[in-house]
Amino acid sequence: MTMTQTITKPAVTDERVGKRNPLQKLLGRPEVGALVGAIVLFVFFASVSQTFTQPNAFATVLYGSSTIGIMAVGVSLLMIGGEFDLSTGVAVISSALTASMFSWYFSMNVWVGVILALVVSLGIGFINGWILMKTKLPSFIVTLATFLMLTGLNLGLTRMISGGVSSPSISSMDGYQAARAIFASSVNIAGVDVNNTVFIWTALVAVASWVLLRTKVGNWIFAVGGDANAARAVGVPVKATKIGLFMAVGFCGWILGMHNLFAFDAVQSGEGVGNEFLYIIAAVIGGCLLTGGYGSAVGGAIGAFIFGMANKGIVYAQWNPDWFKFFLGLMLLLATIVNLIVKRRADASKG
Amino acid sequence: MNAKQIDQQQLLKDEKDPLTHTPVHLLSLENVGKHYGNIVALTDVTMAVDNGRVTCVLGDNGAGKSTLIKIIAGLHQHDEGILHIMGEERKFTSPRDALDVGIATVYQDLAVVPLMPIWRNFFLGSELTTGVGPFKKLDVQKMKDITKKELADMGIDLRDVEQPIGQLSGGERQCVAIARAVYFGAKVLILDEPTAALGVKQSGVVLRYILQARDRGLGVIFITHNPHHAFPVGDRFLLLKRGRSIGYYDKKDITLDELTAQMAGGAELAELAHELEQLGGHGDIVKEVQAEVAGTENAGATDAGTPNRVRA
Repeated sequence: MTMTQTITKPAVTDERVGKRNPLQKLLGRPEVGALVGAIVLFVFFASVSQTFTQPNAFATVLYGSSTIGIMAVGVSLLMIGGEFDLSTGVAVISSALTASMFSWYFSMNVWVGVILALVVSLGIGFINGWILMKTKLPSFIVTLATFLMLTGLNLGLTRMISGGVSSPSISSMDGYQAARAIFASSVNIAGVDVNNTVFIWTALVAVASWVLLRTKVGNWIFAVGGDANAARAVGVPVKATKIGLFMAVGFCGWILGMHNLFAFDAVQSGEGVGNEFLYIIAAVIGGCLLTGGYGSAVGGAIGAFIFGMANKGIVYAQWNPDWFKFFLGLMLLLATIVNLIVKRRADASKG
Repeated sequence: MNAKQIDQQQLLKDEKDPLTHTPVHLLSLENVGKHYGNIVALTDVTMAVDNGRVTCVLGDNGAGKSTLIKIIAGLHQHDEGILHIMGEERKFTSPRDALDVGIATVYQDLAVVPLMPIWRNFFLGSELTTGVGPFKKLDVQKMKDITKKELADMGIDLRDVEQPIGQLSGGERQCVAIARAVYFGAKVLILDEPTAALGVKQSGVVLRYILQARDRGLGVIFITHNPHHAFPVGDRFLLLKRGRSIGYYDKKDITLDELTAQMAGGAELAELAHELEQLGGHGDIVKEVQAEVAGTENAGATDAGTPNRVRA
């Protein structure tokens, strides 16, 4: 079949380019390891648990995935751009605390706080990126410092302003219902409640994929991650690209922060610690290279989906959730090994 | 006796700008210097680059070649002297500045991003787009076609422009970078040791592309430490040693032997021969070095330390 195709169109193809069948082409993509893992995991949980494949349960899995996935979009892009951010977990909480406490303290419309939180989130991203570019320190150190500082600020400021460890309830304030409708409500599709975050997540993945593969900026992201010096030498604005990536992570953090706030009406100031690793794990499982220059937004999404399935699947299979972290670690290891093998195979099979 | 050096004023008399008909160099340096802290990397270097000419910058490791091209490419700023572009005094603050006036640099090691496909590398930093506003997207097909065509025009027949550029050989990668510079309308093409890491055959291929670029009317600056690569393609030769210019010659005024001798420094070669003899080294090598020394003396090159700077 493929042979005849090659022969009938000799003008377009070069005879030295071995025809790669669609399967080989698929195997060359960064997210393929994660996709295989996701399918295996899905089949596994579907076979051990009756409820796992029920539409309602699946919507819950998707919701769980989306809360990781929204951040994984930004973190994946950042990782492709050659950096990573350890402050994401607590930055989400910082954003939520900013929105709730500002509105509460000044008794303003909730939306004022929401907008301010956006400014703060983008600002944290900007500061991370700017310090990184100025000092040329590794992003590990810079964002670890931001992580610690934000953790302290979250706890300290919350206690100073509200006198407790959690932000005061804002459920009765102006604009709360509207904000809740956007950030934390569900849409009923064919009898199944699907949380808004799932749609936001899907939209973010689509936009990120488009930016990454079909725009100038996407080209620059791959370039600054692959070889920042080469990129700078051919005129790519390396600093602006990297700072922009940190701000994109900040934007994702704002969305998740708003969800966390409006899903309830208050935020625990000590939350978020450790979540940054979940986002990084999702990106890595999804085939993003830790060293930068390779990966995809879809990969990060699949990574988040694997996380969501494992997280909820263990509950549906009625196992002890204590085992969850073990599974997560095992999956991280397996997925990266599969990625490695598949990538080598795909490269070797190029004609 | 010394080979006749270039007088920059004399050089200017023959070169006229096609538009203004005034004598102006595409690019010229006048007594340019650069220091990093208290380390003097470059002092008092004068040279000119013109359309359709290859200017070779020769020197051993640490001679200041890299500093020189980094100044021209906009990666560093010079501290002393003047850099003229088309007669206008300039100081670049970033590689983008240099690119904007048509100075393209092909670096030995950082020419490309290995993991990215060839066509993405080719257009990196100067991507083609279609559409308007936020929906501006890359014109992928057009970029792939142009890449394929431009490379074919340079005589590089690539199999698949979608493959990561890291899979190409060193010579092919250099050629892609040269083709890229030519396509984007570079007026000055700087090549940083393009043949240093290549085998004999691949070096030949790269040298051919240098001549192609020259024939297309580019002013080429070819950095190398190999006079055998420089001499066949060069029109002018600037020799650097320890951050200083030790000679600036036109091709008609110098031979390959003289160039080699100037590069190596006759006295140093003689010393090496003596040392090898004392160590009881291989007879052939000693003879070879002795022959080189003899050649040096015949060529009549003076000690490399003689101050013979070119004055503008």
